[in-house]
Amino acid sequence: MSKRNAIRGGPGRASFLTLFVLLAPALIIFIAMVLVPVVEAAAFSLYKWNGLGPMTNFRGLRNFQALFSDEVVGKAISHNVLIAIFSLVVQLPMAMGLALIVSDEKFKGAVFFRTFFFLPYVLSEVITGALWQFIYQPQFGLVKLLWSTLLPGAQAPALLGDTKTVFWAILAVIVWKYFGLHMTIYVAGLQDIPKEQIEAATIDGASRKRIFASIILPGMRIPIQLSVFFSVIGSFQIFDVVWAMGRGDPVNAAETIVTYLYKMGLQRFNIGYGGAIAVFIFLLCLFFNLFYQKVLVREES
Amino acid sequence: MKIGSKLIVCILLLALAGSASLLAAPTKVSFWHIGVAANDRAFYENLKAAYEKAHPDVTIEITVLENEAFKAKLATLMQSGTPPDIFQSWGGGTLTEYAQAGLLRDISRFTKDTAWGKSMAPGVWNVYQSGGKQYGSPHDMGAITFWYNKDLLAKVGYKSFPTDWDDFLALVKKLKAAGITPIALGGRDKWPAMHMWSYFALRVGGSEAFESLFSGKGKGFNDPAFVKAGQMLVELAALKPFQDGFLGATFDDESALVGNGQAAMELMGQWAPNNQVDKSIGKKGLGDKLAAAPFPAIKGGKGKVTDVIGGGNGYAVGKNASDAAVDFLRFFNSVENNAAWATSNGAIPTVKGAESGIKDANARLVKAIVDKCTFFQLYLDQFLSPAAGGAVNDAVQAMLAGSQTPAQACAAMQKAYEESK
Repeated sequence: MSKRNAIRGGPGRASFLTLFVLLAPALIIFIAMVLVPVVEAAAFSLYKWNGLGPMTNFRGLRNFQALFSDEVVGKAISHNVLIAIFSLVVQLPMAMGLALIVSDEKFKGAVFFRTFFFLPYVLSEVITGALWQFIYQPQFGLVKLLWSTLLPGAQAPALLGDTKTVFWAILAVIVWKYFGLHMTIYVAGLQDIPKEQIEAATIDGASRKRIFASIILPGMRIPIQLSVFFSVIGSFQIFDVVWAMGRGDPVNAAETIVTYLYKMGLQRFNIGYGGAIAVFIFLLCLFFNLFYQKVLVREES
Repeated sequence: MKIGSKLIVCILLLALAGSASLLAAPTKVSFWHIGVAANDRAFYENLKAAYEKAHPDVTIEITVLENEAFKAKLATLMQSGTPPDIFQSWGGGTLTEYAQAGLLRDISRFTKDTAWGKSMAPGVWNVYQSGGKQYGSPHDMGAITFWYNKDLLAKVGYKSFPTDWDDFLALVKKLKAAGITPIALGGRDKWPAMHMWSYFALRVGGSEAFESLFSGKGKGFNDPAFVKAGQMLVELAALKPFQDGFLGATFDDESALVGNGQAAMELMGQWAPNNQVDKSIGKKGLGDKLAAAPFPAIKGGKGKVTDVIGGGNGYAVGKNASDAAVDFLRFFNSVENNAAWATSNGAIPTVKGAESGIKDANARLVKAIVDKCTFFQLYLDQFLSPAAGGAVNDAVQAMLAGSQTPAQACAAMQKAYEESK
């Protein structure tokens, strides 16, 4: 055993103690803040409980039954999926394009624009929500001003007050807020690609398209995997921006699964049902994570 | 030895410090209110100062939160089992849930047959009771009424507010034609619209509709009176009487529109004028131009024009509250302080003799409406449990957005109401 451990560089008896000491703080926090609540939520999800006093009304899996027949849950999930799709199809390519531009050494304003594009990400979600509410405000907002300047006399849309537009108005804010993060991940990734390779390819007469497809894109595999992961998981966890801009209403038109969880669990004291939604989100994210790790990440390495 | 004696000295010093701090430690009373307006903040600061001066051993720790933020934060505190000592409460179904979970202190012995208890009418105390026990005290009890801009109504030839629904609809059309937004509505917050729907229900179905709903014997929310109320709300909305984008607007937006003279009226409780002042440009509000009127009568309806939906504000007492906390609440409910509160906030005081504090003509109007009421229904979303009340608010918004028909919306309310029981 000890020999094999030594060969593999695995932990010996002494290093287990070291491992324990080093890991303990993080492990304790992880158990207390992540594992215990997950187990607790799973327990709540089996009861009808208002969060006050002891749990007595055992409902078995009926909360989950209700969840799968709840129209709002379907609506919310579809919004989360749309956010994920838009993040992958619009936000990430945009971030990549901008990353290529601001990484160009010949571009003088590169550093300025790097910071500039990153700024929305620095703002807190609630501030972002408040800010955009002013922009969209139908009586005196910026949108109204632009509208009446461009189309005098026409009625400016109340983007956040209309069930047809509220989701798209918030989606635009989400893309605006998070593309800077992905751009920064890509900028960092681009710095790892050897310049010699690009120079050599240029000398060999490769087109810019060819360089991008054959050198940059393969070299960016890890940053792209990372940002895809952040985008998708982030899309399913999104809460603050949506909440700050109208709590997912009117009539659940911008509801996401977490805003619905918050409404049911914490505002209406329907902790059991909220717990069921939480377990559902957890499983969704867990399966995505496992799938992503197994199928996409491992396969490539 | 040396180390030992040092240790002893240290322990003695520590013990001394400990007992000294025990002796000097004031009783702390945590007090949470939602009076974010400048005059309300100042009132409570003065109240705190006055109480602490008379009771040097007590410290009042004030937390001020905006209405929605307060509800969110309180919910978390309640679930963790640590309520503040004295906190804003509207009584009703939410108070009952807290009481049943043992999170509130029974203060009956302070109020039953005492001078404090006799200082307010039994019906008013009743809003803060559950299972015959007293868990808090009211200080303001009023009604939801229309608050209208006299100047804007005069512009379209109305010297007084319509008393009949058909006449009201005519007024709405005239205001629209004159380019004035007839009604401001904070549709995003849901409850302002819920009040409108529940008034329709009260005028159409009368007190019987509500009594049958709560008894659980009739059809509940599926009763024709509630569906008809929804239809009337939808018909009203079809005239586009609300400001653009009202479904995305908050109650504060609503207050600003009326307070700035940009909309002719709102349907709101007794706190409306105060909030209009606070949210309007230059913090002026409408002043003399503002007046209150009851929700108009509906022809053929069972309800009377004197049936009222209303409620008030009060404070609930948390389970860990000390006697000093209860005493502070009693101090707040003194005739002088209740009158001073009425003067400062424009509230309708509940303590007998505090009417002298009403300086505002509109508050007198609301008080007259409450005094003459033939039936009093506490705000539906507060009267019901949070789950059922929330579902009622959702359904009203869905009707206004056209996502649900009145019959569907009422069925959704009934379903949530039954599940919450």
